Amino acid sequence: MSYKEYEKIASKIREDVIKEVHSAGSGHPGGSLSAADIVTALYFKEMKVDPDNPDMEGRDKFILSKGHAAPVQYAALAEKGYFEKEELLTLRKLGSRLQGHPNRDKLPGIEMSTGSLGQGFAVCVGMALANKMDNDPGRIYTLLGDGELQEGLIWEAAMASSHYKLDNLCVIVDWNGLQIDGNNDDVMTVKPIDEKFRAFGFNVLVIDGHDFGEIFEAFDNARKCKGRPTAIIARTHKGRGVSFMEDQAGWHGKAPDDEQTKQALEELGGAL
Amino acid sequence: MADKTATRQAYGKALVEIGKTNKNLIVMDADLSKSTMTAEFAKTFPDRFFNMGIAEQNLYATACGMALSGKVVCASTFAMFAAGRAFEIIRNSIGYTRANVKICATHAGITVGEDGASHQTFEDLALMRTIPGMTVVNPGDAFSTAELMKQVVEMQGPCYVRLGRAAVPALYEEGAEIKLGKGNWIRRGKDITVVATGIMVNEAVAAAAELSSQGIDAGIIDMHTIKPLDEEILVEAASIGPVVTAEEHSVIGGLGGATAEVLCRRNPVRMAMVGQHDTFGESGKPDELKEKYGMTSADIAKAVKSLLNR
Repeated sequence: MSYKEYEKIASKIREDVIKEVHSAGSGHPGGSLSAADIVTALYFKEMKVDPDNPDMEGRDKFILSKGHAAPVQYAALAEKGYFEKEELLTLRKLGSRLQGHPNRDKLPGIEMSTGSLGQGFAVCVGMALANKMDNDPGRIYTLLGDGELQEGLIWEAAMASSHYKLDNLCVIVDWNGLQIDGNNDDVMTVKPIDEKFRAFGFNVLVIDGHDFGEIFEAFDNARKCKGRPTAIIARTHKGRGVSFMEDQAGWHGKAPDDEQTKQALEELGGAL
Repeated sequence: MADKTATRQAYGKALVEIGKTNKNLIVMDADLSKSTMTAEFAKTFPDRFFNMGIAEQNLYATACGMALSGKVVCASTFAMFAAGRAFEIIRNSIGYTRANVKICATHAGITVGEDGASHQTFEDLALMRTIPGMTVVNPGDAFSTAELMKQVVEMQGPCYVRLGRAAVPALYEEGAEIKLGKGNWIRRGKDITVVATGIMVNEAVAAAAELSSQGIDAGIIDMHTIKPLDEEILVEAASIGPVVTAEEHSVIGGLGGATAEVLCRRNPVRMAMVGQHDTFGESGKPDELKEKYGMTSADIAKAVKSLLNR
């Protein structure tokens, strides 16, 4: 598949994010849109997963540590064929399998219930350790928010990943620079992210998180790196693909109204 | 029966025994393996032991990841840092996913002694029992610790096991029947019942002997499982007379609270609660502290007599 085709898939996923959050009337579009290309690359190229056999032995696992970006994972799972797309519109509604933050018991394809920041990554450490013990070829991928790096647990998990030489673990940081209260730099500086992970013993790659060439190359590099975990620091734009949401902290956790939804879908090339 | 053993010691020994046959058992610790007694397992099965360093949040999150990958994990540190520091990880990662993690927490309560208030937890039973699906166990001697550990490892889902630092006398003979979720009558009495847990069961035994010499016949229940709580045995106790609860834990939200929740609904009787009364501890010898903070056999006897107006 050409990069163009991955971009098309990512666009469809972005459209679904907008539709989901609009239908729910709440949720987190900004950080879902910034992560859409990374998530597309994982589900449609990098990871060995099977929507018809979600518990397949030896599969790769993706854990959304920044669980509030659930809409993008749900959209990717639906696009991949884990469930019907209509179900996306049940997001956050009573009785839905699409909880506000991912729940592994409710929805196939969700490997860990997340939402409380820092925990997804730390759980991955245990999954990667278990795979090492069992000689399970499955790799573990986790997506972190940049604001999430402010959680102390992240660095406990980072230390352990490196101590136990978890080269089957790949951390991706969705570095969009914004969090609820504003810029990371104003709220609590997380920079330098690359040097921090390097100091913790990671193989560190800094990439453009919207460039499929760079994303694929980074995953390739991570797979080949032995003896230490990889951290891919992906520079992204919050709200990517929707002009009025781009680089706006205000769209972290807010649903678009009908008019805004129409405009967003037009920009993304879809329609309501 | 004269020998004294700390429940943490029995725990360490039980892990090695269980580990011999259960190859799926993983043990994890946070730099306290010599105190929590997981060190023996680490020495015997180095491939199945993981030290996570002084990082209790990550200890329990990692244990969760291991469990969700098919392992059964006993993860140990001091009760303060397990139930306290890692509470929200235990709640959201382990509890919410019903992960097969056994949170085996040692050095609970006042008998931590000299380390003082920062290390003496009285809140752990209360915190853990509010998590949906969490089994909560607090054995009172070495034999019941070993028996309960076998069952805890066998059962599916998360479990909190509270263990003590100080050596305690045996309550049971080899071969006694100990069943997770079932309280045990240590002694039946016709005037009143003391429902005790952990090291306080031994205090209750001493209290009952003292009371007996004063003509009071007090029964004792070893409530080694706080959740699910054996309601039937409590209802039976309440049909005899008043109930005194005894725990090395805050009287808020622990065994006392849990017992009252059952009895006020099913068979209200007068109750008294022996335990830590809404205050922090301090440094001292365990026996001195038990006396100062009101968690001795004498305190149980006093509560019994007060309820019986004697």
